[in-house]
Amino acid sequence: MAHSESTGAPLLAVMDLRVNYGGIEAVKGVSFAVEEGEMVCLIGANGAGKTSTLKALARMLPAGGEIHYAGRRIEAAPPHALIGMGLALVPEGRGVFARLSVAENLAMGAYHRRDGEIAADLERVHELLPRLRERARQLAGTLSGGEQQMLAIGRALMGRPRLLLLDEPSMGLAPLMVQKVFEVIRTVAAQGVTILLVEQNARLALDVCNRGYVMESGRITLADTAASLAADPRVRAAYLGE
Amino acid sequence: MRQPKQRALIGLALIGLALAILPLVVGAALGNTWVRVLDYALLYIMLALGLNIVVGFAGLLDLGYIAFYAVGAYLYALLASPHFGLHLPAWVILPLGALVAGVFGVLLGAPTLRLRGDYLAIVTLGFGEIIRIFLNNLNAPVNITNGPQGIARIDPISIAGHPLSRPLEIFGYTLSGVTLYYYLFVVLAIGIIFVGIRLQDSRIGRAWVAIREDEIAAKACGIDTRNVKLLAFAMGASFGGVAGGLFAGFQEFVSPESFGLLESIMVLCMVVLGGMGHIPGVILGGLLLTLLPEAFRHGAGPVQQALFGKVLLDPESLRMLLFGVALILVMLYRPAGLWPEARHRRELAEK
Repeated sequence: MAHSESTGAPLLAVMDLRVNYGGIEAVKGVSFAVEEGEMVCLIGANGAGKTSTLKALARMLPAGGEIHYAGRRIEAAPPHALIGMGLALVPEGRGVFARLSVAENLAMGAYHRRDGEIAADLERVHELLPRLRERARQLAGTLSGGEQQMLAIGRALMGRPRLLLLDEPSMGLAPLMVQKVFEVIRTVAAQGVTILLVEQNARLALDVCNRGYVMESGRITLADTAASLAADPRVRAAYLGE
Repeated sequence: MRQPKQRALIGLALIGLALAILPLVVGAALGNTWVRVLDYALLYIMLALGLNIVVGFAGLLDLGYIAFYAVGAYLYALLASPHFGLHLPAWVILPLGALVAGVFGVLLGAPTLRLRGDYLAIVTLGFGEIIRIFLNNLNAPVNITNGPQGIARIDPISIAGHPLSRPLEIFGYTLSGVTLYYYLFVVLAIGIIFVGIRLQDSRIGRAWVAIREDEIAAKACGIDTRNVKLLAFAMGASFGGVAGGLFAGFQEFVSPESFGLLESIMVLCMVVLGGMGHIPGVILGGLLLTLLPEAFRHGAGPVQQALFGKVLLDPESLRMLLFGVALILVMLYRPAGLWPEARHRRELAEK
């Protein structure tokens, strides 16, 4: 997939993003950017505003500020239009369609598409996640948590994303499964998909990503390469348990 | 490939034949009262199938569904009765009823788009009551609905100039009015079932299910949840509108008290009891919840008489009691409904 408009501007640029829940400000004006082909993480403690930020990017929450994506302002775009622009969300808690089969879930990922390459993309997703092929006819609700996470990622890939927003993919999974999920994410990134990852498991996130932002009570407090963040004593103390 | 198709055709032919002779057998064995009960059962099946779109497919709990039935019924009553002196044919009014009820569906749906579950249920319940109260009170200052007295002397539905309320002689055999209505209702119910099945397997049907399962994920998949939900409300309501029109023509009388909350709950029970989202289950639910209470109404008195020598309990109150017990038993032992979708049942069993 070649993307023509390489004007030097980042694929995603967020300026002064604000999210309010009633009177409570969950995100207090954050700004950050993700370059094409990068893998960027937002880390931070529970309640720091990471998921709210991601949800606002996916237009699932009303938000103030500017969101520039692929040269367009999307802060007023309807949420269902984003996947057509190549912006896919893997929601928190996976959000698989429990009473649909695995195959039907994957088909829903290509809901907005009317091209003839859906079957080829399904083959590609099956190659990446062979377990989904084995379980194609099973109901998504009967899969294990890890398999559901794989399915959620596979479903998002069926939409041919350019930028993939991942919300806490490790949540509630056994350590071994977390490793597997992150391997998949790394492979997806290697195939050229830009990734913005929200994660509480800071060690893992900094391990796979190029750059990272640390969020604390609704603000970005640190921004650096993943390696420097992992070496930063403040990060080590607060998020890596040292 | 050929064999199963032939078998399916033979099966369909047998079902068709059974449906065709059913009212004749029932009429001969049990009398026309029971054919009338069958007619009502068919109307309720149409209603339940409409509500199934909203509740079963799209997962939107609607407690005011009977309002659309009322809209259809009153539209028919106003356009084909001496009340306004209008006598439009049913074939004009019924499609119009579907359309108007669909518009009401959108009117109800639009303000409730952000609500789910209990909150949606409360708002829809309010909407159902608003319609009923309007019908009750729109007799002053301008008399539109004739208030609590209702509208009487509504034109019966006519086909080829023959009003269905009047018996028809064919080949020396007399078909009663209720039997003629039965045939009309069966044909329309089959049409509605067909539309329901096609909707379920369509792109829209998939989108409804996705919204029911997870709204955020559905949006992320590119589904315009607002329009798709409104479509569910409109489609469900239009089924109800058609059934309402048929009801008005069949009864030749409508009044607001036919459209109370209990009726909404009854239709919801049919959907839930039969198996939410599963069309054959919903049909079964509609059939059982119309036929069983009726059988009980007729049977409870004589049975008590035989057992105790007198009627101890009023069959009417006993009916509601047993109805409640039956509901509780079904929810305890068959939580997915009497005849749920095969895979839904499997999922519940595995849990």
